[in-house]
Amino acid sequence: MSPQDERIPPEQLVYARWLDWGTRAGLALLAASFALYALGLAAPQVPFEQLARAWSLPVDQYRAAVGAPAGWGWLTLALRGDYMNLVGIALLALTSLVCTLRALPLFLARGERALALIAGLQATVLAVAAAGVLGGAH
Amino acid sequence: MTLLALAWSAPAAAADAGAPAWWLWPLALFAVSFAIGIVGVLAGVGGGVLFVPIVGGFFPFHLDFVRAAGLLLALSGALSAAPALLRSGMASMRLAMPLALVGSISSIAGAMLGLALPTQTVQSALGVTILAIVLLMWRAKKSGYPEVPAPDALAAALRLHGVFYDPAAARDVHWRVHRTPLGLVAFAGIGLLAGLFGLGAGWANVPVLNLLMGAPLKLAVGTSGFVLSVVDTSAAWVYFNRGAVLPLLVAPSIVGVMLGAKIGARLLRVVRASTVRRIVIWLLLAAGARALLKGLGIWN
Repeated sequence: MSPQDERIPPEQLVYARWLDWGTRAGLALLAASFALYALGLAAPQVPFEQLARAWSLPVDQYRAAVGAPAGWGWLTLALRGDYMNLVGIALLALTSLVCTLRALPLFLARGERALALIAGLQATVLAVAAAGVLGGAH
Repeated sequence: MTLLALAWSAPAAAADAGAPAWWLWPLALFAVSFAIGIVGVLAGVGGGVLFVPIVGGFFPFHLDFVRAAGLLLALSGALSAAPALLRSGMASMRLAMPLALVGSISSIAGAMLGLALPTQTVQSALGVTILAIVLLMWRAKKSGYPEVPAPDALAAALRLHGVFYDPAAARDVHWRVHRTPLGLVAFAGIGLLAGLFGLGAGWANVPVLNLLMGAPLKLAVGTSGFVLSVVDTSAAWVYFNRGAVLPLLVAPSIVGVMLGAKIGARLLRVVRASTVRRIVIWLLLAAGARALLKGLGIWN
């Protein structure tokens, strides 16, 4: 451990490690799934030509036009070329939540009760946002 | 340049029978995002603040999808940079966490508001915001090591202080902050704008951390990146759950910006950053004016 590391709180280093792996995994999944999608190796749910006709519509009209699901409904279509990409994107978006939950007990173990409370609140906000209960999913 | 010209004439062309083939758009998007990645690094601004007004103004995608992609673009960059910043001590979790909590709550509200308002209203407000950002970039000063006479009560209670090693100065830098309640209010506003317009928020985070709260500039830049990774995640979920994430828009943009950023980082040593910064300001001025005129129905 370098002298610099000794001054950095352990929960910050753990958070950084988990964030690094989550981000790498998310970006790798996104790149691989997009290659399958763009090269036509995985058939999309919404054909490209239909997508191009609908992408200038507001999102609610777009969903109605192509029959796209909201919320986590896309999971049932995750083997289709287009929706496959959402796996990597969802992983990227979940990484902060997982890292915060991982850091929470480390704050408590060091007696950092205020930061533990903030981490708990942050995890709740991220979980509620991810669940789609705040007006995202219609 | 051909792709950029194509992008410029997009909305009108898309309505024509002889509209360009769909696959030209992801290619053009990749090219534009690659360029944004390069100039973003050289000018010290995130990709989102350039991406949303440029792609929203000159590409055929609806602004809902562009804002979602802008957030994911900023998020990917922030997530990629954050681990190294946290490990090096250039970002402080302790300083970031209260600000990120407030910012993420307001960014969710901003995203919900953006999806509820009429597109023209969001487009006009985006134009005004971008023009305000231009003014901020033009006028804003920076302070390497601001004076903080004494921490405020909240900063003292949360122990918002620390030390990091600055390799450029070859010394330890002890830091503390003040005006924390004002900083929290500012981050609530920044989060709202980030969620509403999908802009990322580095352009505002750094001045607030540095000039208002008194964090050293390098710590402000690093901590801003970490705050972004949390705030943009929260807003991105709202767009994601609404179905506003189009892989054909998001993936080429993320790849383009990340590759461009790598090239930009290499060019940093040979290109005059002040010149690029001026170019970015003019670019933002044009994109902001375009967004405003489009929103007002003057230039569609």
